[in-house]
Amino acid sequence: MTTTAPTSHRELVAETARRVVAEHPPASTPRDEFLGACFDAGLAWVHFPHGSGGLGVEAGLQDLADSVLQGAGGPVPFAINPIGYGMAAPTVVEHARPEVAAELLRPLATCEELWCQLFSEPGAGSDLAGLATRAVLDGDTWVVEGQKVWTSLAHRARRALLLARTDPDVPKHRGLTYFVLDMTDPGVEVRPLRQMTGAAEFNEVHLDGARIPDSHRLGEVGQGWRVAMTTLMNERRAIGGGSSRRGSGSIGTALRLWRERPDLRTPTLRDRLTQLFAAADAARLTGERQRVESGDRPVGPEGSIPKLVGAELNQAVYDFCMDLLGVEATLYGSYDPPDGVDDATDETAGAGDVQRAFLRSRANTIEGGTSEVLRNILGERLLGLPGEPRTDTNRPWREVPRG
Amino acid sequence: MVEFEFTAEQRALREVARDVCTRWSPEAEVRRLMGTPEGFDRTVWRRLGADVGLLGLAVPEEHGGAGAGLVELALLAEETGRTLLGGPLLGTVALAVPALLAAGDDAVAAELLPGVLDGSTVLALAATDDRGTWAPAQPSVTTDGGTLTGGQAHVLDGAAADALLVLAAGEQGPALHLVDGGAPGLTREVQSGLDLTRRQARLRFDGVAARPVGSAGAAADAVATARRTAAVVLAAAAVGSAQRLLDSAVEHARTRLQFGRPIGSFQAIKHRCADMLVDVEHARSAAYHAAWAADEGTDDPALAADLATVVTTEAHLRVARGTVQVHGGTGFTWEHPTHLHYKRAVSDAALLGGRAAAAARLADAVLEPA
Ligand SMILES: Cc1cc2nc3c(=O)[nH]c(=O)nc-3n(C[C@H](O)[C@H](O)[C@H](O)COP(=O)(O)OP(=O)(O)OC[C@H]3O[C@@H](n4cnc5c(N)ncnc54)[C@H](O)[C@@H]3O)c2cc1C
Repeated sequence: MTTTAPTSHRELVAETARRVVAEHPPASTPRDEFLGACFDAGLAWVHFPHGSGGLGVEAGLQDLADSVLQGAGGPVPFAINPIGYGMAAPTVVEHARPEVAAELLRPLATCEELWCQLFSEPGAGSDLAGLATRAVLDGDTWVVEGQKVWTSLAHRARRALLLARTDPDVPKHRGLTYFVLDMTDPGVEVRPLRQMTGAAEFNEVHLDGARIPDSHRLGEVGQGWRVAMTTLMNERRAIGGGSSRRGSGSIGTALRLWRERPDLRTPTLRDRLTQLFAAADAARLTGERQRVESGDRPVGPEGSIPKLVGAELNQAVYDFCMDLLGVEATLYGSYDPPDGVDDATDETAGAGDVQRAFLRSRANTIEGGTSEVLRNILGERLLGLPGEPRTDTNRPWREVPRG
Repeated sequence: MVEFEFTAEQRALREVARDVCTRWSPEAEVRRLMGTPEGFDRTVWRRLGADVGLLGLAVPEEHGGAGAGLVELALLAEETGRTLLGGPLLGTVALAVPALLAAGDDAVAAELLPGVLDGSTVLALAATDDRGTWAPAQPSVTTDGGTLTGGQAHVLDGAAADALLVLAAGEQGPALHLVDGGAPGLTREVQSGLDLTRRQARLRFDGVAARPVGSAGAAADAVATARRTAAVVLAAAAVGSAQRLLDSAVEHARTRLQFGRPIGSFQAIKHRCADMLVDVEHARSAAYHAAWAADEGTDDPALAADLATVVTTEAHLRVARGTVQVHGGTGFTWEHPTHLHYKRAVSDAALLGGRAAAAARLADAVLEPA
């Protein structure tokens, strides 16, 4: 990993990571204990402040910490608690009251508490700010009514990032407030939704009188959109961030398949794979360059480039893999979750199954912001092009047509 | 006969096909059949054959068929594609019957065709090798004194078949053989498919009794003829499926509101729908053309079939991907019908040797003309 961090910071991170690994050998340390030690040592998010799971150093040094910890056989917490690690932690550390952040971050880091994101609704996907779930203050507790949808991991999550409407009479971006919801509240009901891969990674979540203490509000009342931006930019970075290693990710799968199956090669496919490799490497290098150039500034709209590219590249790479497989591509492992477990994710439900990964990649251009929306962001926020005429931003939310 | 101009009879046939497919293959039925071992309803199949007379459209009258042609068969296929009607249209009607007729064995044809045309007999063409390669130069089933030994995979409708035409290597080269579906020594296993609306099977032959069909010299041509017919049927089915997808995408773009307006008012969505329309139109032209070329000689039928494969597979895939995208999260769910058509598109592109092989044949035909 290229980084502009001073050598002393690199040494601090490397030294700390080696110490954690020495004192808590991953092979003999329970997972939560190991991750707890990482958190306490400031290696969960190295750029967070001391005491909050960080060391106050450059974010770019996280790769260094992870390579020492995971190189020694430590778990990959992002894979276990992706929304917690990738989105909730940065939002909580920036916007929660210090005592609430202290309460929430450690169990998140140890993965004892998994997190989910209650943003999208049946009527509000791309137009997130149009959402209808209502939160009303009752004494010092908020009471929430509404329905969320596409909530990944809701069936296993202990906590949720929740965006709700607290004032329907002002324009939509101004009437939102951001909360942390306890998923064990009796007002929360989770129903699985099956996806085209056969697995049920995501859910519908019905909120019927769910209660949230005011202390678990992030940011001011009516400032929810601003807080949500922190989450969304981190989401795009988490999803699209990609690895700094050449040939990792989906292109790595394609390269491996190519090497393992000389019987399937054709000159046309060879050329296609070369083009895909070049595109993947250009994306990887752009990610590297962005990290170096932005240093420690928060990611801006340029953070949408890796998400946009990563999603479409994934699809193109898996399209290639299917064409390479020829008639084998018409086979599928199983659409039924193994052992009747209906919460199997696509990662656990058939590792190495190219066809499954291929189907799963269809969601990449939808989840975490659709490609259409990301292109609008790049065109308008990065290039400064005028937006399409809007009729929904200056009227009270109540008056904007929905459906 | 003017190409692309349907006769009154053909238009009437389309209405009948549309009507029965709509009635007998509603989405709930498609989903129910996806979970059954055979993947289709034999009663419906017999009604299509015996009652409606749709299974022998392209079979000459002297063999008991309607004596129409591929244009008519394509019209039926388009409707089955639109509704994902379950049944061995591909394996039996589009592959096995043309192979049987082309093999020129009147005795076997006379024996089998009545049952095939009235829908009581499912006949499959087993012309792959044990890895699923279509029409291999070296068949992986061999014949020795009237029995077959070896294996095949990706045999369309091979598990449900009451009888199979098997491509096997013999002393005089590859030849077709008739095998009973229940013959001792034949084991069949349905392969777990991406597209749950079609069934492919793995077959194992351990000294299975078989009867030669036609002469050994005719087998390769018979299989090639069958593939060309099936390519037109697949292309037409893709048109029906793609049209259905386009209709649902446009309907959603018109009615789904985000940012206070229909998403179809955003150019990103409107242009995508327009591109999908162009894809469907091109696919339709290429598929119909291939049918007319086969029936009326408006073009080299082989070239037209390959052109149809290349055009319709890509169009179908693109329209299916676009339909998922226009629907957002809904388009990725199991409950929404889009994935059923999407998987059809993905799977069809790899059948019958695959679209890359069709493109290679097309290149040979048109890039360096003599
Ligand atoms: C696998 C998966 C996991 C997900 N996990 C979560 C989760 O954990 N939590 C959560 O809150 N959400 C989650 N989502 C939801 C996701 O964020 C939404 O699906 C996404 O924002 C799109 O919203 P939508 O599905 O309502 O589609 P819509 O917004 O209705 O979009 C439909 C189509 O219209 C297009 N469109 C909309 N507006 C515009 C515009 N202004 N210009 C051009 N085109 C436009 C879209 O690009 C799309 O093609 C998940 C989705 C998927 C597929």
